[in-house]
Amino acid sequence: MESKEKYRVPVSQKPHVVEKPRDINTIGGTVTIEINEKKVSVPMGTTILEACRENQIHIPTLCHHDDLCVAGVCRVCVVEVEGMRTLQASCTFPITAPVKIHTSTPMVRKARRHIIDLLLSEHYGECYSCFRNQNCELQKLAKEYGVDQYNFGHLEKPRYETDRSSASVIRDMNKCILCKRCVRTCIDLQEVGVLEAINRGHETHIGTFFDKPLSDVICINCGQCINRCPTAALRANDPSDELWEAIENPKKHVVIQTAPSPRAGIGEEFGLEPGHSMTGELNTALRRIGFDRVFDTNFTADLTIMEEGTELLNRLKKAVLLGDESVKLPQFTSCSPGWVKFIEHFYPEFLGYLSTAKSPQQMFGAVIKTFYAKESGIDPADIVSVALMPCSAKKFECNRPEMRASGYKDVDYGLTTRELAQMIKEAGIYLPEMPKSHFDEPFGDASGAGLIFGATGGVMEAALRTVYELVTGREVPFKNLNIVPCRGFEGIKQASVMLEGCKDEYSFLEGIELKFIVAHGTANAKKVMEMLRKGELKDVHFVEIMACPGGCLGGGGQPIPTSEEIRKKRAEAIYAEDESLSLRKSHENPYVKYIYENFLTEGPCSELSHHLLHTHYQKRGKFIA
Amino acid sequence: MKPNGNKYAVRQGAVLFSEYAPGSGIKKALEIGRENILLELRESKLKGRGGAGFPTATKWMLVAAAKSEEKFIVCNADEGEPGTFKDRVLLLEYPELVFEGMLIAGYTLGARQGIIYLRGEYEYMLKSLESYLEQMKEDNLLGNNILGNPNFNFEIVIRLGSGAYVCGEETALIESLEGNRGEARNRPPYPVNTGYLGRPTVVNNVETLASVPHILVKGGEWFRTFGTDKSTGSKLFSVSGDCERPGVYELPWGTKIKDLLEIVGAKNTKAVQVGGASGSCIPKSQFERTLAYEDAATGGSIMIFNESRNMLKILKNFMEFFVEESCGQCTPCRVGNVKLLEGIEKIERGVYTFGHLNKLKELGRTMQVASKCGLGQSSPNAFLSILENFKEEIFNKNGYGGHNGK
Amino acid sequence: MLVLEKNSLTEEVESLVEFYGTERSALLPILQAVQRKHKYVSDFVQQEIARLLDIHPVEVYSVVSFYAFLHSEPQGRNIVRLCQTIACDLAGKEAVARAVERELGITFGQTTKDKRITLEYANCLGMCDQGPAMIVNDRVYTHLTPEKAINILNEIK
Repeated sequence: MESKEKYRVPVSQKPHVVEKPRDINTIGGTVTIEINEKKVSVPMGTTILEACRENQIHIPTLCHHDDLCVAGVCRVCVVEVEGMRTLQASCTFPITAPVKIHTSTPMVRKARRHIIDLLLSEHYGECYSCFRNQNCELQKLAKEYGVDQYNFGHLEKPRYETDRSSASVIRDMNKCILCKRCVRTCIDLQEVGVLEAINRGHETHIGTFFDKPLSDVICINCGQCINRCPTAALRANDPSDELWEAIENPKKHVVIQTAPSPRAGIGEEFGLEPGHSMTGELNTALRRIGFDRVFDTNFTADLTIMEEGTELLNRLKKAVLLGDESVKLPQFTSCSPGWVKFIEHFYPEFLGYLSTAKSPQQMFGAVIKTFYAKESGIDPADIVSVALMPCSAKKFECNRPEMRASGYKDVDYGLTTRELAQMIKEAGIYLPEMPKSHFDEPFGDASGAGLIFGATGGVMEAALRTVYELVTGREVPFKNLNIVPCRGFEGIKQASVMLEGCKDEYSFLEGIELKFIVAHGTANAKKVMEMLRKGELKDVHFVEIMACPGGCLGGGGQPIPTSEEIRKKRAEAIYAEDESLSLRKSHENPYVKYIYENFLTEGPCSELSHHLLHTHYQKRGKFIA
Repeated sequence: MKPNGNKYAVRQGAVLFSEYAPGSGIKKALEIGRENILLELRESKLKGRGGAGFPTATKWMLVAAAKSEEKFIVCNADEGEPGTFKDRVLLLEYPELVFEGMLIAGYTLGARQGIIYLRGEYEYMLKSLESYLEQMKEDNLLGNNILGNPNFNFEIVIRLGSGAYVCGEETALIESLEGNRGEARNRPPYPVNTGYLGRPTVVNNVETLASVPHILVKGGEWFRTFGTDKSTGSKLFSVSGDCERPGVYELPWGTKIKDLLEIVGAKNTKAVQVGGASGSCIPKSQFERTLAYEDAATGGSIMIFNESRNMLKILKNFMEFFVEESCGQCTPCRVGNVKLLEGIEKIERGVYTFGHLNKLKELGRTMQVASKCGLGQSSPNAFLSILENFKEEIFNKNGYGGHNGK
Repeated sequence: MLVLEKNSLTEEVESLVEFYGTERSALLPILQAVQRKHKYVSDFVQQEIARLLDIHPVEVYSVVSFYAFLHSEPQGRNIVRLCQTIACDLAGKEAVARAVERELGITFGQTTKDKRITLEYANCLGMCDQGPAMIVNDRVYTHLTPEKAINILNEIK
């Protein structure tokens, strides 16, 4: 019997079993079929949907998502297959014989129209009062199929109460069409397992354990469900109303820090193809909206590298030089708040492996309401600190009770890429037309190392650029500083760098092969943690984990839709910008040097930096009270 | 012959209720060997008795041909179709036939495990079935080296359902066995390749399996002497509703509805629902029709309605059933059944329009072709056939004429 | 919940898991065993089952909520299910239902105050030739009349 792993996923999440041939040139590797009377040859096992897409035939879909395995539940993709009594869902049907397919017969069109009509009859609310207006897959299909009336009625009252309990994710099941993409995302893609279909028949809805509020279950706030929801059933908790008020309030000094990933994604909200970096334009737009200062989160990303890198070197020193066996290695990164909550819930016994360094967002928050407030003579009580993030979990993170090192809430609001795009539009600004401008001082410059935090492997790459140089005095031995083994979207990447010719103070590391692992998506994080539990990571030193597939650029606050292709383009934009910069190593950032010379004078991992830039974690566990 | 559950009749029939010596089927099977078993089955032209009518020999041959270390024989005893209770009778009175059918399947296909998926409503049978299985073990009909044949090992376990009609659909049943919600799978792949735990699996109805020992002992050719060309053998009919002698009857396929009504003592019959809630409603004018896969097909349910019955109320009961029993995963079935039920309620209140009803009929036809599994594909049958065949009664005679609401 | 009670429930689930195994396919038999004994599967027990089977609690809850005979909320000591499908309906289910409701002072879907009986409708029990029919726990009663049904219910404790 195959491993249990294979069967623990509900069937709607199971991929169909027909395996595609490795080599389509072998006999029986391809099959010739007819689509709408046109002969085409496809690899054996291709689904009808894939075959149609290959041949420029558009098939409508709702439950299908390229990131997820098939469900076959919405039925909107049905087609006629000759010889079969019923219509077949093209997303699930594996081609293994020379079938003849018709994608646009009267029966097919009528069925699709009926299915859209049925979904609309249960879909509460009107399009013009919906945040997904013009970016809704159901709405798009309704238009495509010429829906001009409600053929089977329309709900007059909501059936479900909206769940606003979570700091990050709002669930409005009145807009849900039961495509189960969120379920497949939560259980299969992320292995968090918060959402499932509850009840049956017409009473079916997507719910949590005992239908408890989202804040009471083990949601990690990654927001991946939001990114894959075809309608407005899932959305992030939007603070923009309060933000507008703060901006209009002359007493408030509103500063915003912007993370690297939103810049690589926000163009999509303005109709641009994925992969346009909008850093300069965004800075101008933010100022025009009325933010008093625009800072670059990459600055504290550089600071994170200094703190986290130093912490790693300290751990290595204790372990290697002093032989202290209680030292927890490998050290895990802690920048991703979804990942942090994941480990708090699922692996609380391993929290000691997590770097105590705060995420760049929270470091910036602490610095703004202390160092910046002091330097610029502003009462921190009057500062409203906003973080533009690709992330829904950042909203939860800034509300953690631990995150008040400045004596105030260090970061007041986490704002997602989508929400800022909405604000920009409301302000009457078309982002791509904005002139470019630079970030504000005193944190104006940041390195490319900070920038690449946005992609999976970026933190690792940035850390290696610094750690290697601190230890050996030489640049990391990769062409153009591009540490290629850290890059790409493979779920779990392992690589190593040999430490040779170490400086005297790091001579204890001489000849050590620095091993590291990069993983993204919490399903992969789980695999890494199981390796740790089994003692398989004993010779690994550093692990980077990002909760979201692709890293922050695929975060739960990024523009919708998402797919691997889109995420790749965003990554390309980020890496290209890194390579265009002259400053590419965190420790060379002059402002980082400045802050250690003038504020955190004891250096990284000192008492003050621990107070402001480090944190502690909660053993949350899995039990749902 | 065994007494028929009610006081009116004794069980008699050509095949299932004919004389049978327990153990003779499996002995014959071992004697003639795997290949000949399949050939005999093919000769008999036995089709699945659950209602869909897939040729049993073909199903078995597909599983026989599938390469896998492990295969499963699943007996579908999730008899949930309204008006069907023949499996209850078979399991209570003829367990030897059912178990032996599974055993023969296990031997033929090289499976080591058989599973009976017994509907939760039949939990009261559990004890008697289990003690029968114990007896079979003692008789070396189950366990290892069955009847002294090395390498013929087979066990049967009973698994209970928990109140879900949809689990009668074979892939939903497999899902339920695997510990999931009873939601039908995408097909293809089919259970014969990818069934329980991803292994090749035969899912057969109780009655299908019970027919197998008779066919082996008496021959496929003998079996074909009953019934019609396309529907061979006999069938158990569960007869309920307005008649003097409700119960289970074994009659050859091809029996006229009219003749069945006569046998069970039905008078003033207005309509017969053939095939349960998911079947279709046949009016008096069509009682000459025959019960057969090629005509009025049924998994066995025959419900008789006399002149005093209100067809709209009957239809409403059916649709309420489907609204509750739809698994809810696919759109046409989850929402469609609710819309059809709402349409019926509108007729009841006299607030319908024919335009809307026509839309609902179209919707019903979409549900038949676009739903994911047999439940949604057949749930509109009653709606479509009753509104069509009894429109005179519903819209004129009963006063649901639309102006005064009743 | 008292700690002691929790421990005994945990032990109970552990012994069930030991008997049925930790495969996902063991889930329904385990749930059915708990349901049979306690008449419902509490949130604590569902989480214990999830923990031991290494699945997510919401998956257990999802399965429980799917099946009509599994409950997440406490029920009466006896669960009475009256068949509401067509054959029983034609045979006089309605009169039985009304009489039973009147006698117990509850409607379908409710539990008596003394927790003695939970009243539910069921879909086709497979007793269409002998309707109206009902199941009390796992025992079937057929050919019901209002009087007969009430006598049966008054007998159970």
